[in-house]
Amino acid sequence: MQSNVSLARRAYAIRRFALRMGEVQGQGYIGQALGVADVLAVSYFHAMAYRADDPTWEGRDRFYLSIGHYAIALYAALIEAGILPEDEIGTYGMDDSRMPMSGMAAYTPGMEITGGSLGHGLGIAVGAALGLKRKKNPAFVYNMLSDGELGEGSTWEAVMSAVQWKLDNLIAIVDFNDQQADGKTTAALAQMPEVGRWSAFGWFAQEVDGNDLDAVVAAFDAARHHDVAQPRVIICKSKMCKGVPFLEDREITHFVRVEPDEWTKALSILDEGKPT
Amino acid sequence: MNGQYLSRRQSKETPRTAPKGERLATSAMIASLDAEGRKTIAAPFGHALVDLAKDRDDIVGLTADLSKYTDLHVFAKAYPDRFYQMGMAEAVMISAAAGLAREGFTPFATTYAVFAARRAYDFIIMAIAEENLPVKIVCALPGLTTGYGPSHQATEDLAIMRGMPNLTIIDPCDATEIDQATRVIADHPGPVYMRLLRGQVPDVLSEYDYKFELGQAKLLRDGRDVLFVSSGLMTMRVLDAAKALQKDGVDCGVLHVPTIKPLDTATIIAEASKGGRLVVTAENHSVVGGLGEAVAATLMRAGVFVPFRQIGLPDAFLDAGALLTLHDQYGISVKALTASVKGWL
Ligand SMILES: [Mg+2]
Repeated sequence: MQSNVSLARRAYAIRRFALRMGEVQGQGYIGQALGVADVLAVSYFHAMAYRADDPTWEGRDRFYLSIGHYAIALYAALIEAGILPEDEIGTYGMDDSRMPMSGMAAYTPGMEITGGSLGHGLGIAVGAALGLKRKKNPAFVYNMLSDGELGEGSTWEAVMSAVQWKLDNLIAIVDFNDQQADGKTTAALAQMPEVGRWSAFGWFAQEVDGNDLDAVVAAFDAARHHDVAQPRVIICKSKMCKGVPFLEDREITHFVRVEPDEWTKALSILDEGKPT
Repeated sequence: MNGQYLSRRQSKETPRTAPKGERLATSAMIASLDAEGRKTIAAPFGHALVDLAKDRDDIVGLTADLSKYTDLHVFAKAYPDRFYQMGMAEAVMISAAAGLAREGFTPFATTYAVFAARRAYDFIIMAIAEENLPVKIVCALPGLTTGYGPSHQATEDLAIMRGMPNLTIIDPCDATEIDQATRVIADHPGPVYMRLLRGQVPDVLSEYDYKFELGQAKLLRDGRDVLFVSSGLMTMRVLDAAKALQKDGVDCGVLHVPTIKPLDTATIIAEASKGGRLVVTAENHSVVGGLGEAVAATLMRAGVFVPFRQIGLPDAFLDAGALLTLHDQYGISVKALTASVKGWL
């Protein structure tokens, strides 16, 4: 059991909002959302500074979601954070919704960048981190990227640049679920020991179980308080569909199929495990 | 215009003999744009940016290892703490410019036109244009301004960039225009792609009491027989051609169109509608997808049916060689374009 009940409740709420959005569309990247919910709970309810009623507050920590298809997860976190209203869940992915299937800055309060074309987020984060330093603004820039995104060359341009500029205000969060569109990430493109390669590039690198709230909290704390002038990365090994065992056991794919009657079942199973 | 048959690519197996005597031609990367002894101004972009930055804390400069070859080194020297050497990494340069713009800065990012248009396109369109961020992408070696070969000849950059929503595209003629346009685009609230002539840049437009205005075509001279519609360095060339043709009794007007997008369709339609003239577009770019086709489509859409010809580079991978040789070979030198126009009359 998690010792941090309040964060466990947040993660539960994020999973629940995400499942409800998935139910609206009858589909969605629910496997990723369930897998990353704990990391988002720590981001939004432990690590980051923000104002729910002022999503562009100059003092906020920036959260850049590279992976546009994870929008369902971030919307759920933004709803739990009070930045998006819960009663818009029914519009998810619909015409005229503020919550399109792929995250775009122009559509959604709290969605800082437009993701989807993978390999962009970390580079934009480098520029924002440089800009914050120019302004002497002490905020952090968090970039959530995926393991698959580590195959993009532009990600590694940004990795090198962040070290060059000693961006100690930049925290990369890799949601490492070993899954990308065509199958296992580790079977696709020369994946290497993650801590080893990020460290070799000059980053302060940590690897944690992305579904262990205490471990994720400790890693975020270490990343924020690390006192060497270098960028930080937290590789979060997460389990697709975490929290809904019958989906966890399903043959995991990038796009998890959920039958129409299974959404209710998933919600009730999640509710049975609601942290008290 | 059908240039591939001219190509030296076709004769790889044929041995060559070095010419006797003086060496006159080079395919070096940086070649003199004009050997005709025009008045020139040094590094107009770099100096304009330095001047602007005096009153604008928001202006920052980024380059991908090409500050010296885009005149950004002038800015880097004046404002070292506002200059970001991003290394040979166009994707992160463009993405970081987007991030800086998100934090309220006005980044000027420089590289060669080929690398911005070809390599960094996805980053420009999604990180910058989709959000309408005020990043200014300023690129040297536009069109055929180096004899180095297709790796550095941005013969299709306008065709690539014109498809990008929100993007303003500038193809300035000379030093005067580069100086003015740099200041104007700094005030523009959206993204801009500007082609750049760097180093010693010819100064032509100062003779014409010229003022650059974003999105405006300017009639530099009027004429009864031919209307040149031109951009970039080809405006210098058609102004010279107009003088040469005048001697043969051919009266040529020159409509200079420095803003390729949004195109000043109203002025183009109005000028082309003044009947009895051959409309000749002239651009330092492939005949595919640049100014010429933009003007043709504008006139077709408006129902303006006039005799129309295009001066531009062929839809081909161009040869390596001396720049002036290549300009003759591909029909964009003053001599070659003058001959083309005479042939069309
Ligand atoms: Mg993955």
